Amino acid sequence: MLEIKKLNVSVEDKHILKDLSLNIGKGEIHAIMGPNGSGKSTIAHTLAGNPNYLVQSGQIEFHNKNLLELDPSDRSLLGLFLAFQYPIELPGVTNATYLKQIVNVHRKKEGLDPIDAGEFLKLLREKSKRLDIPMDMHSRFVNTGFSGGEKKKNEVLQMDLLNPSLVIMDETDSGLDVDALKSTSEAVNQLRSSDRSFIIITHYLRLLEYIEPDFVHVFQDGAIVESGDKSLASRIDQEGYAG
Amino acid sequence: MNKVSKDNFQQDKYKYGFVTDIESDKIPKGLNEDVIRLISKKKEEPQWMLDWRLKAYERLQHMEPPKWVKAKFDDIDFQDIYYYASPKDFKDKPKSLDEVDPKLLETYEKLGIPLKEQKVLAGVAVDAVFDSVSVATTFKDKLDEIGVIFCPISEAIRKHPDLVKKYLGTVIPVTDHYYATLNSAVFSDGSFVYIPKGVKCPMELSTYFRINASETGQFERTLIVADEGSYVSYLEGCTAPMRDENQLHAANVELVALDNAEIKYSTVQNWYPGDENGVGGIYNFVTKRGLCKGVNSKISWTQVETGSAITWKYPSCILRGDNSTGEFYSVAITNNYQQADTGTKMIHLGKNTKSRIISKGISAGKSSNTYRGLVSFNKRAKNAKNYTQCDSLLVGGKCSAHTIPLTENGSNDSSIEHEATTSKISDEQLFYVMQRGLDAEAAQGLIVNGFCKEVLQKLPMEFAVEAQKLVNISLEGSVG
Ligand SMILES: Nc1ncnc2c1ncn2[C@@H]1O[C@H](COP(=O)(O)OP(=O)(O)OP(=O)(O)O)[C@@H](O)[C@H]1O
Ligand SMILES: [Mg+2]
Repeated sequence: MLEIKKLNVSVEDKHILKDLSLNIGKGEIHAIMGPNGSGKSTIAHTLAGNPNYLVQSGQIEFHNKNLLELDPSDRSLLGLFLAFQYPIELPGVTNATYLKQIVNVHRKKEGLDPIDAGEFLKLLREKSKRLDIPMDMHSRFVNTGFSGGEKKKNEVLQMDLLNPSLVIMDETDSGLDVDALKSTSEAVNQLRSSDRSFIIITHYLRLLEYIEPDFVHVFQDGAIVESGDKSLASRIDQEGYAG
Repeated sequence: MNKVSKDNFQQDKYKYGFVTDIESDKIPKGLNEDVIRLISKKKEEPQWMLDWRLKAYERLQHMEPPKWVKAKFDDIDFQDIYYYASPKDFKDKPKSLDEVDPKLLETYEKLGIPLKEQKVLAGVAVDAVFDSVSVATTFKDKLDEIGVIFCPISEAIRKHPDLVKKYLGTVIPVTDHYYATLNSAVFSDGSFVYIPKGVKCPMELSTYFRINASETGQFERTLIVADEGSYVSYLEGCTAPMRDENQLHAANVELVALDNAEIKYSTVQNWYPGDENGVGGIYNFVTKRGLCKGVNSKISWTQVETGSAITWKYPSCILRGDNSTGEFYSVAITNNYQQADTGTKMIHLGKNTKSRIISKGISAGKSSNTYRGLVSFNKRAKNAKNYTQCDSLLVGGKCSAHTIPLTENGSNDSSIEHEATTSKISDEQLFYVMQRGLDAEAAQGLIVNGFCKEVLQKLPMEFAVEAQKLVNISLEGSVG
């Protein structure tokens, strides 16, 4: 479903991703690990279409479409979801209003009418409960003044509301407490299906113990230097990248 | 004949930019005593009104247009303006809507203001002002029953001279400043509202101003009096055709609230703003002032200013009655080459008077947006309080925002709280929202609406949604 070929990406004239290639099949979970600054967030943002990340060469195909030609919003509507490492604050924009609007824009794409207010509230209650998000968080402004963990939970909630076909989680586990880590993993496991794929960027084995990845890749200096199954994650956890 | 087809360029963006093809009856261009006499005659005014106008005109001879405003524009040639235009053969205001020229009804229909009673917005009475005359007023009978007077000011001058005489010019003195004095000399139409003692007006009253004729100025005059213990919510809307000339709209609006009365005045101003190169558009030079005359009275101004090439207005409150309250909620949006210099004055005279100012300025394109405000506490204004919040949002890097808050504090036990912020819509914010499926304009709209929601919520419900849409339309083409 996702095919990355010989991708070279630069940010602010700095060459970061170097000839990166990666294939993600339907229903697969790929974990990406790697030292700070190795380019993990760069691939995440490039896939999502952040205009600050300039693709110098290479191709990306997503659902047999040339992803690089699409706007960030079209990528989203095509099923790509990025849970941000650093979620952005939107002062003034109420979380509930925002969530409803993003749900509706996806419904529109499916040819559905905007969700009824009562139905949305029900959905929001149910999904928030599962992630242990208090309802009053939805009357606050999007991510504004949220704690680190609350921001991450809000990302997982959005993932859950939008039913994406490809989820990229950029260090969603960092900042989550043990309970939240568990409920996040449960949300992922519930969404896990034969036609939904995940890229999980993380520094820690812990999350991968809950969500069992099919593949683990190690990033270094903008390229994949090693790939394996989940035992690779355990080895890194014990020995580190240098070892 | 007044057919100006070249005016109809790029109708898609400003959807109110059409011209109604109706013959207009104008009095000759220029400003002089004869013109004033002619206006007064057309309006069949009593002598006292004509004398009032002439006195204003006499004063105008010794006045100069003010220069302190931040906006840049060429001097206006006051002799090159038509001061009065009305649809031809419009001698008497039609008695019923069936007598109104279908072209006019169609015009208002196109503007989203249906005047036929079966179609009108429930709960909103409309006075429709076309160039210099009021062409229709809805729900008059229903309002008559409870003693509410809602009619064109020209009609009020004839039918309710005592009320008009008692209050006209008491809030904005004839000699206030150049444009206010000009208005006093040449004003044409606008609305008159009187709410009797103890009456809570059961419906929104609204006036819809439309400039149609070219090279014509509109000199609206509105007077609203809320008698003791009464309440009224009033809304005005404005649009004009797209033209490559600048047209002047110089209005005077006076509000008077007596003991325990409340007036809520809302404006959705969408005059033609000029094209993306800054050609054409309305000069909106408006004097709006409310007098909280009685104890516990309250006046609140809510404005959404999206139109006009230049907006220059400071809806103000004079808080004379003890315990009276003044409020000013404003969203001013400028795009392309628009210039807005707007704000308020809160003049605290009475004891325990309170005022609250929330101003949201949004600038995009190459526009300039200024908040200018004055909070003044008189020596007598014991225990007066003001809260001011001015937020500016910049869209793109070529626009500018300015905040000029002034205070005069003659009272030593009063308090002023002032907060100001300037923010920019960041690329990160847009990218974040777009990652969730909203396109660039919708993403910007979401953030902008979040920014000004606090003010939009103050509008009467029927208009809040429209205003929100208008905010987004005004910023179209400014993303990226
Ligand atoms: N806007 C920018 N300007 C300059 N350099 C940048 C910019 N954004 C990212 N970089 C650089 O690109 C490199 C890769 O960054 P990236 O965020 O992809 O790392 P990461 O693998 O996600 O690291 P971490 O584990 O710390 O999140 C880093 O050296 C970083 O400093
Ligand atoms: Mg990162």
